[in-house]
Amino acid sequence: MRKVSTIWTLRAVFFVLAGAFIVYGVLSNEHYEVFMKAIMICLECIGIG
Amino acid sequence: MEKNVKTKKKRSFRLLIQVLATALTNGYVIGFAQGKIYQGSLKQVCVPGLNCYSCPGAVGSCPIGAMQAVFGNPSRNFSFYVIGTIMMFGVLLGRLICGFLCPFGLVQDLLHKIPTPKLKIPKKVDKPLRWLKYVIAALAMLLPVFLVDEFGLSAPYFCKFLCPAGTLGGGLPLLLFGEGKEFLTQMLGPIFTWKAVVLAVVVIGSVLIYRPFCKYLCPLGAFYSLFNKFSFYQLNVDKDKCTGCKACERACKMNVEVLKNINSLECIRCGDCKRACPTGAITGSYLKLKKPATKSNETVCTSCDRCSGCK
Repeated sequence: MRKVSTIWTLRAVFFVLAGAFIVYGVLSNEHYEVFMKAIMICLECIGIG
Repeated sequence: MEKNVKTKKKRSFRLLIQVLATALTNGYVIGFAQGKIYQGSLKQVCVPGLNCYSCPGAVGSCPIGAMQAVFGNPSRNFSFYVIGTIMMFGVLLGRLICGFLCPFGLVQDLLHKIPTPKLKIPKKVDKPLRWLKYVIAALAMLLPVFLVDEFGLSAPYFCKFLCPAGTLGGGLPLLLFGEGKEFLTQMLGPIFTWKAVVLAVVVIGSVLIYRPFCKYLCPLGAFYSLFNKFSFYQLNVDKDKCTGCKACERACKMNVEVLKNINSLECIRCGDCKRACPTGAITGSYLKLKKPATKSNETVCTSCDRCSGCK
């Protein structure tokens, strides 16, 4: 039972933390930075740059 | 006979999910037709699998590429949005993403179906090599922060020097069909040669070994594996039904010691162990956690043919 409650605690902690990180990232316009990188051909990613 | 039919249906179901996931995350067919990449607003969102955002078909962003892009920005100390997204995928699904949703995982699975003799990597080489992906994951996070030029800018080092998905999904289609393919071809250099070699090694390796990139090199798989022990999706062995025949371990192509540690870091939740189990002792559950089975005092014969009488 102790193991079960530990797993649920970890799930809750990481779920809430992940959600908080995403919200904070969106509020600080990080998603826009991801967008600006993703809409240009990444020359390094394709082995050219 | 009936069990074989059921097994085949379940395998086909998994392949169907893999193909659908690949089609969904790389469904921008116009990109391939016109030799351009998608530039719509969906690119703000990270897809769960390894999928280069410079692939003409990609509709979302690669989490590893996005992470490096944000970490490499000198005005950012940490990539909250991308790390939060990876954590969310991890806690919800763990390495189920590797087994069902990753396009590059599908590529490796299909390559492994090519009928050739398969290579068995000795345990003393295989086990330590599995830790390499964690080193690569750490470097993918740290190098863009610390290895910067005089302007404070850095490169996406994993994408630049290692990622075969970028070469396969982005480089080759753009060089063959891209709008500016002549311009891109002129810019080819030693880095492309190196990445082409890496891709060739991974492709040949995938034919001979099951998912070598996932086992040894993938930083995204490394991140998700950290969530395998407590993600919402869990596998469970019913000790009352298990006869210890190890059919599950023989079926597992990721070499997981299923009976010791079914929710191992290496398990990609493909379900081969479940299908191989003759007593149905292995089950998967989402959200629910099964309480550890209590051993019954009664010994029940399951006709496993491994005894000279149960004690």
